[in-house]
Order: sequence, then C-alpha cells, then structure tokens
Amino acid sequence: MRSFFELFGRYFLLMRKVFTRPDRMSVFWRQLIFETEKLGLSSIAIVAIISIFIGGVIALQSSFNIVSPLIPKMYVGFMTRETMVLEFSSTMIALILAGKIGSNIASEIGSMRITEQIDAMEMMGVNSANYLILPKIIAATVFNPLLMLLSFVVGLMGGWLIVALTGIITISQYFDGLQMEFNNFYITYSMIKMAVFSFIITSVSAFFGYYAFGGSLHVGRSSTRAIVVCCVAILIFNLVLTQLLL
Amino acid sequence: MITANNIFKSFSGKTVLEDVSVHFEPGKTNLIIGASGSGKTVLLKTLVGLHEADSGEIWYNDVLFSQLLFKEKKAMRQNIGMLFQGAALFDFATVEENVMFPLTMFTTKSYEEKRERVNFCLKRVNIIGAEKRYPGELSGGMQKRVGIARAIALNPSYLFCDEPNSGLDPNTSILIDNLIREITQEYNITTIVNTHDMNSVMEIGDKVIYIHEGKKWWEGSSADILDADNPELNNFVFASNMTKMLKKLSAK
Repeated sequence: MRSFFELFGRYFLLMRKVFTRPDRMSVFWRQLIFETEKLGLSSIAIVAIISIFIGGVIALQSSFNIVSPLIPKMYVGFMTRETMVLEFSSTMIALILAGKIGSNIASEIGSMRITEQIDAMEMMGVNSANYLILPKIIAATVFNPLLMLLSFVVGLMGGWLIVALTGIITISQYFDGLQMEFNNFYITYSMIKMAVFSFIITSVSAFFGYYAFGGSLHVGRSSTRAIVVCCVAILIFNLVLTQLLL
Repeated sequence: MITANNIFKSFSGKTVLEDVSVHFEPGKTNLIIGASGSGKTVLLKTLVGLHEADSGEIWYNDVLFSQLLFKEKKAMRQNIGMLFQGAALFDFATVEENVMFPLTMFTTKSYEEKRERVNFCLKRVNIIGAEKRYPGELSGGMQKRVGIARAIALNPSYLFCDEPNSGLDPNTSILIDNLIREITQEYNITTIVNTHDMNSVMEIGDKVIYIHEGKKWWEGSSADILDADNPELNNFVFASNMTKMLKKLSAK
C-alpha cells in the first residue's frame, strides 16, 4: 500500500515538472508537430483498419441475433452506431493505442534514461520532463479525439459495406437505423473520454519510462507495466466518466 | 576552481560516499581514479548536481553550488560541460543537431551563427563530414568526440568526463585523452575526469585523487603515484602483471 502511494506521489511530482513553461517555445512547437505526426497521424491506418472490420462484424452479429420478426431490421444500423460511438471508438481504440503508443513512449524514454541521455539534458540545464513529455501529452490529448471520430465514421462504413456485400438487410434499412434517435451528446461524451484516456496513456507510460533503471530488460519491464497500468486506469476511468457524463 | 567539503552520499541506507573533501584547480586535468563500484561516478554526479549530497558543501569558485535554488542551478549548469560514459548522444538527433542542442536551448544565436559554432566545435574534435549522421552510425571513439564537442559548445568553464576511455582501443583512448588535455589548457577549463585507466593517469593526470570504498584514500600528482606508500593504491595501480613487472624493473 505504501509503495502504491509512493508511486502515486512520484507520478504527481513528475507531472508538476512536466507542466511548466517550456525553456524555448519555438522548440516546444516543433516538438509538438513532430509528436503529433509520430503518435497521432501514424495511428490513423491501424485505427481505420480495426474500425472497418469491427463495424462490419457488429453489423453481422446484430443481424444474426435479431431473430424475432417483431424487431425491425433497421436496428442493425442502430446497434452498430451505438456500439461504435459509446464504447468501441473511444474505450477499445484507447486500449489499442495504449499498446501501440504507450509501449513506444515507455521504451523510448526508458532507453533515454538508461543511456544517460536524460542526465545529459538535465546536466545542460534543460527540464527533461517538460521537453520530452509535455509535447507527447498535448499531441495525444488533442489529436486522439479526432481518431475517435475517424474510428466512428469508418466503423459505420464497415457496417454499410457488409450490408451491401451480404444483403443481410437493405442499405436503406441500415441508414434508417443509423439515423434513428441519434443523441449528439454521445459524440461529445466519447471525445471527452478519448481525451482523458490519451492523457492517461501518455503520462503514465512516460512516467514508467522516465523512472526506468538498469538495462534493456528493465526497460522492457517498465514498458509492460506501463501498458498494464494504462489499461486498468482506462477501464476505471471509463466507468467513472460514464457515470458522470451520461 | 571546484571545492567539495565533507561530502556524504548514501542510497537506500547504503553509504556510497563518506566524508569526501576534494579541490580541483582550473587549467588542470584532475583525475578521480578507483576500482569499479568505489563511488567515482557518484562523486562526479554529486559534484555536478545530478545527485544531491546528503551533507557537505560544493563550491564553484565563490558560489556555493550545493545551496543554489533550482533556477540558479539551471543557469549555473550552462557553464558546465559533461561527457558521459556512453557519450549519451541523443538518438533522435544528428551529430550536428546534438552539438547544436545546447545552443538552441540557451542562446539567441541565429541558425547561421549556431552552425558556425557547431562546425568549429566539430572541427576542434576532428569530426569532419559526419554532421548529418546519427549517433548509431558512428564508432565509439567518434561518439566520444562528438560528446566532447557538445560539452564545449557553450564554452564552459568546467568540464566533467565520466570514463571517457571505456570501450575504446588504446590508440583511440590516447587521442581522447590528449583532446581533453588540449581543450583544458586551451580554454583554461577546470576539468575532472573519472577513470580507472592507468594510461590516462600517466598521460594527462595533473592531479590524481584515489577513491576507495567511498572514501578519499590518496591525493597527489601522476608522478607521485608510482612511488606512493599506500597499499590499497598500489593494489589498484599495479593490478596487472605488466605493471608489476615494470615496477620491479624500475626498482632495479
């Protein structure tokens, strides 16, 4: 229990070091663009591929499970939309990104720690935590909600493709379902969730990397721990935010 | 000039440095020697403030470095260059960007002025034509030389080198040693080098401090070290059969 609070305390101390004014704003903006490209833009393909297949699968499964003739077939579109917007495009994509960008951040910063590159920065008088971590947090927190939107749209397109290819229902039934009782706030809710999850992924994995020690084996362990902690934190915050926002 | 008085440092209850007092002169190559695990690197990192001493004082000329506030220490560090054991070059940057890094962070020089300074520093350490290469594409000796170029980019008054010869062949080691000595004398820098390489001690050591089990065991010049009447130091200096044989020969 003591070590848990110790870890928590160290995390907040690191965040205090991270959220300070950058030494050079021009360098910060350059880093921010670089990290947006590295953490955000490079994730577009994986998010799109997963979303299109999951959208298709949700449409198929929904169709197979609607066996009662009393339930209109357009509910396939409705269920695809609701599943994508409420859970998949935010929580599931965040869990996938925790694996992709979380391990990337933890191992990158961890390697810099054990090869004394972070010490070299500190030695020069550079706030290494601010220089390395702040652009990653801001880039992911701002850009990843857009990835959520992309996942949502591509997922719906996946459902539409399956409907068009298999003919399980008509395309117009699918689109009627998509438009049925649509609550705009669900998009905002999902984007807020994604922003919070992105903050957790970047800050937690940077924390584990920043305090890595020993050799490459320890960096690997830090990276694994970072992903596990990120995933658990995402699930807990998913519950908390859902209770608070819906 | 750097002076450390009564430095104590421990990690998780284990004492690593015990009552270490040292004094380093400007324009001289000061060497800290000792076996692996003796506390050399901890002493070096404590002197530059990467580790905080449990007690004791560290003076840089007339500034009490150990009592400075975070911001004051940060400003002071721009006057200190350091070469790390593995060079610690930034993987994400080219050679040119590595040397330019401190200039970008702490000066208002234009890109052209920064390039001029980078080229001067790289030329000074004999790195020519490798500006656009990444650290992973360089040999160990070249990495160390780029590390020295980065360390001197801001024209520091103090230069710290942690095991500059580790992992290098004898010829490259001599090159690096000579480079450190030349830069020290050229710019009148206070240089402190951590090493357990006896060749370095004999080549460049103006002043030598021997650390054993976290304590300062001996202090003197490289000329005195061979005749020192200190069993622990003698065990360290004459550890190899070759040096033992040389001692016997010189005694005859």
